[in-house]
Amino acid sequence: MSNNLIKCEALSVHFGKRRVLHDITMSVDVGEIVTVIGPNGSGKTTLFKALIGAIKPSVGALIKAPNLKIGYVPQKLHIDETLPMTVKRFMNLPGGHSVNKVAKALEYAGIPSLDKQQVMDLSGGQFQRVLLARALLGSPNLLLLDEATQGLDHRGAADFYRQIAEVRDRLGCGIVMISHELHVVMRRTDRVICLNGHICCQGEPEAVGESPEYRTLFGLDKDEAALYLHQNHHHSESKRSSADRAGDVQHVR
Amino acid sequence: MFDDFLVRATLASVGVALAAAPLGCFVIWRRMAYFGDATAHAAVLGVALSLTLSAPLFISVLGVCFLMAMTVSSLNGKGFAMDTLLGVMSHSSLAIGLVAVSFLSGVRIDLMSYLFGDILAVGKTDLLVIWVGSAVVVGLVIWRWSGLLLSTLNKDMALASGFDPKREELILTIALAIVVAVAIKVVGVLLITAMLLVPAATARPFSKTPEIMALVAAALGVTASLSGLSASYVMDTPTGPTIVCVSALLFVITNIAIKLFPRISWRKRPTDCCDTQSEQLGS
Repeated sequence: MSNNLIKCEALSVHFGKRRVLHDITMSVDVGEIVTVIGPNGSGKTTLFKALIGAIKPSVGALIKAPNLKIGYVPQKLHIDETLPMTVKRFMNLPGGHSVNKVAKALEYAGIPSLDKQQVMDLSGGQFQRVLLARALLGSPNLLLLDEATQGLDHRGAADFYRQIAEVRDRLGCGIVMISHELHVVMRRTDRVICLNGHICCQGEPEAVGESPEYRTLFGLDKDEAALYLHQNHHHSESKRSSADRAGDVQHVR
Repeated sequence: MFDDFLVRATLASVGVALAAAPLGCFVIWRRMAYFGDATAHAAVLGVALSLTLSAPLFISVLGVCFLMAMTVSSLNGKGFAMDTLLGVMSHSSLAIGLVAVSFLSGVRIDLMSYLFGDILAVGKTDLLVIWVGSAVVVGLVIWRWSGLLLSTLNKDMALASGFDPKREELILTIALAIVVAVAIKVVGVLLITAMLLVPAATARPFSKTPEIMALVAAALGVTASLSGLSASYVMDTPTGPTIVCVSALLFVITNIAIKLFPRISWRKRPTDCCDTQSEQLGS
């Protein structure tokens, strides 16, 4: 109990009459990396918002450790072009950190030369690092990352997750991540929570990967379903490339 | 010194410009331009109310503007798009205000002075109200600066840092209502939004941080007020509109200058922002 940073007990969230989350009982311990996975619309982001306090649970309780300090890395952050913002200024928002500390945080994040850049000019990967560095500046003991690797390529995502593991080792903070990239995540995480409105299953990554609930949720039981997923993935790329691919397939036949 | 109407007019316009500019930055960043318009238009209703009840103008305008702003924020996201909602509220409140004023047959009022301001008629009491109101607005914005900025950037990030975005929004709404109430004498209902937006928009390309943008906007607003006032004195033109004209002129001139000499702007052009530099600096 004393190790719990945050704990949900039978938590439910309703939007109007629609039940988005129900019977969520979970906790995050000091130094633990927990990954929440689930299909679109399964309530992952809602769960996060409930953890931050942006959404009030309709039923159940949210118990926070008295010294809880949350660092939050949003899914995406659109900074309006009308708002001028240097990386240095953004890092020091809401403020109170010395110039030295900000410089060190940027250096640690591997982006020491970016401090004078406008935030909107950064590439996706750079911005993600800035967001993480900013969240870490407040010395949080619980770090929340909402699909933090969205828009990063494979190498970028792998680098990012390695950095997260480092952060855990260095700061000893609890980390909760939302992710789609099951395989990349599995290696770096202590516990996986499989979410679909409720907690389908949770446990160590290997155990969850083998569990029937997980396989059903992501359609891994039937080869056809897997194939469908695969094709779907290709469809999401540009039309032209999928047309090319279709041509290739015919050619092979 | 306050006996001279020109001195009073100068101080009044400077006071309004100082409060309007930093608030105008938030109006721009949060894309609230139309929201400012709606609040300002509702002020006519406040004028009618003040004349009917013979209540102080400042209080009734402030009250009506605040009510209007609160109504708009609470209706937001309940079945109408924000711009539709604001369009309906903004123009109907203006129309209702104008009709309400016309019912007041007993009093003769100069409607034009409320629509476009009557800065030369600013009295000592008005001046006091303007400066106290402006000081409150500037104080509010400085006091809540971090929270306002953070909740403008991202509501969840603000919450995670311990700021309540709803409270910050309320503070902005109150500040906006105060600015409208103090600016009505100076530039009038129809041009208040210009006092908010134009200096801040002009300041944008010269600013690297939000703080610099607010300061540059304040300086530009004061410049426009002073030169507008003297221009209107020389050319014998209505003062409020002249101030806005000067403001707009500054906007046009600086933007043309940036097109001609891109180096004076901090902002990189979209074409070279994402390709060369970020590639070089990338991992």
